[in-house]
Amino acid sequence: MRRLLILLGLGLFCLPALGQVHEYNLDNGMKLLVREDHRAPVVVSQIWYKIGASYEHTGITGVSHVLEHMMFKGTEKHGPGEFSRIIAENGGRENAFTSKDFTAYFQQLEKSRLAISFELEADRMRNLTLPEEEFDKERQVVIEERKLRTEDNPRALTYEKFNAAAFMVSPYRNPTIGWMNDLKNLTVGDLQRWYHQWYAPNNATLVVVGDVEPDAVYRLARQHFGRLPQVEVPSIKPRVEPPQKGERRVVVQAPAELPYLMIGYHVPVLNTVEQEWEAYALEVMAGILSSGRSARLPSRLVRGQQIAAGADAGYDLYSRQANLFMFSGTPARGHDIAELEQALLDEIEVLKNEPVGEEELERIKAQVVAGDVYEKDSMFYQAMQMGILETVGLGWQTMEVYREKINAVTPQQIQQVAHKYLRKDNRSVTILEPLSLDGQQPAESPKATGH
Amino acid sequence: MMNMMKRLNWKIALAVIVILVLTFTLARFERGDEPVSADATSSIEIQSWTTENGARVVFVPAPELPMVDVRVVFDAGSARDGDLPGVARVTAGMLNEGAGEWGSDQLAERFDNIGANYGVSVKRDMAAFSLRSLTGEALLEQAVQTFATILAEPTFPHEAFNRVRRNTLVGLQNKKQSPGDLAEDLFYRHLFGQHPYATPVSGKEESIKAMELVDLKAFHQRYMVANNAVVAIVGQMERQQAEALAEQVTTKLKPGEPAPALPEVEPLNEANRVDHFHPSAQTHLLVGQPGMRRGDRDYFSLYVGNHILGGSGFGSRIMETIREERGLAYSSYSYFVPQQVNGAFVMGLQTSNDQAEEALSLLQEVLTRFVDKGPSAEELQHAKKNITGGFPLRIDSNKDIVQYIAMIEFYGLPHDYLDTFNDKVEAITAADIRDAFQRRIHPDKLLTVTVGNGNSSE
Repeated sequence: MRRLLILLGLGLFCLPALGQVHEYNLDNGMKLLVREDHRAPVVVSQIWYKIGASYEHTGITGVSHVLEHMMFKGTEKHGPGEFSRIIAENGGRENAFTSKDFTAYFQQLEKSRLAISFELEADRMRNLTLPEEEFDKERQVVIEERKLRTEDNPRALTYEKFNAAAFMVSPYRNPTIGWMNDLKNLTVGDLQRWYHQWYAPNNATLVVVGDVEPDAVYRLARQHFGRLPQVEVPSIKPRVEPPQKGERRVVVQAPAELPYLMIGYHVPVLNTVEQEWEAYALEVMAGILSSGRSARLPSRLVRGQQIAAGADAGYDLYSRQANLFMFSGTPARGHDIAELEQALLDEIEVLKNEPVGEEELERIKAQVVAGDVYEKDSMFYQAMQMGILETVGLGWQTMEVYREKINAVTPQQIQQVAHKYLRKDNRSVTILEPLSLDGQQPAESPKATGH
Repeated sequence: MMNMMKRLNWKIALAVIVILVLTFTLARFERGDEPVSADATSSIEIQSWTTENGARVVFVPAPELPMVDVRVVFDAGSARDGDLPGVARVTAGMLNEGAGEWGSDQLAERFDNIGANYGVSVKRDMAAFSLRSLTGEALLEQAVQTFATILAEPTFPHEAFNRVRRNTLVGLQNKKQSPGDLAEDLFYRHLFGQHPYATPVSGKEESIKAMELVDLKAFHQRYMVANNAVVAIVGQMERQQAEALAEQVTTKLKPGEPAPALPEVEPLNEANRVDHFHPSAQTHLLVGQPGMRRGDRDYFSLYVGNHILGGSGFGSRIMETIREERGLAYSSYSYFVPQQVNGAFVMGLQTSNDQAEEALSLLQEVLTRFVDKGPSAEELQHAKKNITGGFPLRIDSNKDIVQYIAMIEFYGLPHDYLDTFNDKVEAITAADIRDAFQRRIHPDKLLTVTVGNGNSSE
């Protein structure tokens, strides 16, 4: 998670000179964003829905993700699997992803075939059939997916428990893939309701990047999506996490070889923050700690003190709801979780007590400048940035001010957010305690891993 | 410590936020992504030359963005480990821990201060070092100078070595808690026996502990030399600048000698099954044989055939049988790993423990039927359309192009490889595929590895 977030953050933003964003609004409320990139005769098309795990309530967790799977299982016009078959036959790649805050579907194609993608996406936006027998099989597939990703992965399992402890009210407490209990009890009726409520043009953003002409893309979008009716999308009640009021500590025991530590502090994000600079200061703080090999955690904890085999910090500037500023790590041989935790806490104290050096700050800014250029090498990434920002409600323009906002962050501001948010009473800590892999008896104590 | 491909990077094990639905083959081993052909409009003109001290250079100008990608590939993968499994990877990972007059921190800062990205990837056949930098003169000069120093003048500091070794051991422990990693290691060990491909790229506990600095220095001296190197450059520059850059990157390398040819891989003589207990909810299943090499005479028949068998995700026979018809697994696939000598042919999936035997029989059936009968005309046509129609996507970024041209040069493939790819795919017939599979793949001599809650023969 963290690595990705840092990348998303520090990389963002594009030089306006290379490929402006063209924004269009269809009459039915669907938004279209187009950016030209004429380096290769290809196009990426992504459709983003404002729906994901953070919209779900207890009992049906995972429904957004299962529905995403079922979006490949046919409409009245195209039977199960047809979608993938047609895209493949046209030399395309396609897939989809679900997160807490969004569900997105994409195709990458030779540029002349964009209409194929539009026709199919428009069709499945409203005409999914959701056959019961396909649902039964797909639910099993997702249960297998959950076992693969979470049940048999000690760190992912720890992360799941960590979120459930750190958030009591916020929907971020639930895993995107859903709790096993909920997956087992999910019905096709749950999916039908979910689909009809949320899959509508006025709840979607279409993003196209590639060797295209924006007005032509707009005409094509109107032709395929323009006829779809607007739907009244439910308004969901806010589920704001109350102040934490005291440290929470959770232990996870699971078959594993290595202990693992996660620490999270409740922080605002760009979407929820009262003073905008705070969010950017947190973003820069994450970079100071964890962006690149010269950042503090690798240089001080992995190399300097050699307490950590690996250590990361991360912050998601663009999540829809307030989130966590995260630390995580694995102790080096000869060190235990307690030492690692203390070393991380010491770094936090340094952030509070000493202004960040000018050179460190300049380094972060240099990485942002370079990231601006590097990202243009990936059309997919550019489209993703726009899609996320629109879908969480910040607007794609947010990426155009990223560099400027990061440049404006001062050492004092970083100190201020460290003081304000990295407090013990605002902290959740989760520790993975390994159980033996061949028994289930408790393994040697973590301290003893240092032989 | 190293920038490993995809899911071997255990530090990002938490990347659970985004869930991809479809997942084809978790690209695990060193599965070469297949370039797919060229139509007339999208061909890539590879320029090539040799540096003064013998490194082969391939270059494609990319004038659009003010950046450059440099990829230096040595024939210094784990196949060269000898009796110290992991030495290739540890050596490669140590280069930026100290070089020239700079220490580890300084090297890190020299890249990070200018937003340059440095990366290392070690596989069985190769050790690849990559640099991405802006092309502004001062920035590029600092990036390239640092990169060249790392490659040619590493100092192998003692303290850093001890740390890297300890953390490598932690990395090995991490693999033990991953049934997928355990299965992969067992599969390679039993598939390749005494061949250098048999050992894990990341090494073994005993060999990592036994390693000494002199081993790393000797490995570097022997294999990270100009005559054993390919330099690939893609970026905003003219030929002349690229020539200067290639010289700068390689000038301090010793000329040295190319690595010797690897021994041939022995075929399996009989079926073999290895079961390993792991307290997991799923059993990971890998089934396969030695497959083919880069430039293999059956390459296109096997490549297109595998696309139909299990190489193309949805629509492929394995995915349809295992996932679409029965919901037995999230991911199921097959692939060839074409290498210097015959790499692996693998079919794989993960399923709940109580379904493992059923899934295994299905995999075997699918393969046997495919080898017996070959693909249908319709399947073949569909596969060709997918492969050839998707060509432009394979080379739509500098990052893709630099990897392809480095691969082409490293394996000695013709420079028109990309341009002729579509034609060669189009020329394949169903009979070619059936014939190649019948000669090369023997369903009665498969290696089967299971890791999970089944029986244990280990």
